[in-house]
Amino acid sequence: MKWFDYAAPRSVAEAVRLLAAHPAARTLAGGTDLLVQLRSGRKETDLVVDIKRIPELNELRYDPAAGLTLGAAVPCYRIYQHAGLRLAYPALAETASLIGGTQIQGRASVGGNLCNASPSADTVPLLIALSATCHIAGPQGTRAIPVEDFCVAPGRNILTPGELLVSLHVPPPAPHSGARYLRFIPRNEMDIAVAGAGVSVTLDHGHFRSARIALAAVAPTPLLVREAGDALAGRPVSAESMGAAAELAKAAARPITDMRGTAEYRRHLCAVLTRRALEAAVAQAKGN
Amino acid sequence: MHGKYHVRTTINGEAVEFLCEPRQSLLECLRDILGLTGSKEGCNDGNCGACTVILDGRIVNSCLVLGAEADGADITTIEGVARGSRLHPVQRAFLEQAALQCGVCTPGLIVAAKALLEAEAQPSEERIRFWLANNLCRCTGYDKIVRAVQQAAHEMQEVNR
Repeated sequence: MKWFDYAAPRSVAEAVRLLAAHPAARTLAGGTDLLVQLRSGRKETDLVVDIKRIPELNELRYDPAAGLTLGAAVPCYRIYQHAGLRLAYPALAETASLIGGTQIQGRASVGGNLCNASPSADTVPLLIALSATCHIAGPQGTRAIPVEDFCVAPGRNILTPGELLVSLHVPPPAPHSGARYLRFIPRNEMDIAVAGAGVSVTLDHGHFRSARIALAAVAPTPLLVREAGDALAGRPVSAESMGAAAELAKAAARPITDMRGTAEYRRHLCAVLTRRALEAAVAQAKGN
Repeated sequence: MHGKYHVRTTINGEAVEFLCEPRQSLLECLRDILGLTGSKEGCNDGNCGACTVILDGRIVNSCLVLGAEADGADITTIEGVARGSRLHPVQRAFLEQAALQCGVCTPGLIVAAKALLEAEAQPSEERIRFWLANNLCRCTGYDKIVRAVQQAAHEMQEVNR
């Protein structure tokens, strides 16, 4: 790796000062993307700012009334080992266990997965489906934005120089709600999604009250398909309604053909994964 | 400021201090500065697991950790697995089951398997295979490795009985 300096600030304010003073600085959480990119020369920096010693970045707190606060540096294993979180957001716990292998899950964070802004990021469609928001600190103060607005292009996010993703907030799960992220990979584990679908549903007496559907690896960014979720609102829970939503998701996908799959195959996967994820989320909602 | 970074750690139960460049990975620090060459560099990008160490209770790829990040951490490497000349049950089982050929993946696999068996006494075969998914072996086809971990789990339970 090329030379860089290293700093491990103890507060958000100190981190923001460092990031603002060094426009080429890179934030380091689990490092499972960043260190690979620095080593390969895909990214360069003069300063790595390790954010793992900042208390807010390590916060993991679930409250049935307030929802989930997930510090941006919390590694995946803490998410799926958290008993309260596993009960309230089983889909999030499961998705955190999909990323990489055990060693990667010991380091990689959901916040980092989001900031890396890969179109195939596994946690992002589910965060979007769960209506999660990003809490950002910067030289001008703090701001909050929906997760679906955070990624702007492959590998690029909305953060401006000096800004830091502090935490993600997920609203408390509504009664009779469920969620699920499903991806297709040719192996059983340790792979990158060919396509993925994250969904959340809220049911009301055999009907959908609301739904949100987001896709992975079929657009330059993780993709919220608002019309697919909206089409379910008020409709009965049935194979027909879910099939129609799945077709809307497929129609919204803008995939490319690459080494992992063709555009046509990815569009097909969008419909299949969306339908199956909806079925799984409905089953979970009926149990709630 | 092109200075070196002063890191204070505990490695295999002993307090260890070293100076490293901020860009040096923990793996480079272990091998090139401290002479602990048991941890291997395979892919150097987090796929192969040959550099696996236990960092504050969790297995990690030491190629994806900066040495500077290890300040204050407790680290176990393959050199800390045996007790003097007494092999750990996982190490014995790897020998008895012939769970290695070229040996490059073996330190990482043994560290990863040890961490699993210390957390879970009776992991299923599926659990073992998923836990070790980040440790690649191009020689054995994995079956002998899984059998060795199962044997070690059995022996560790017998000892604890």
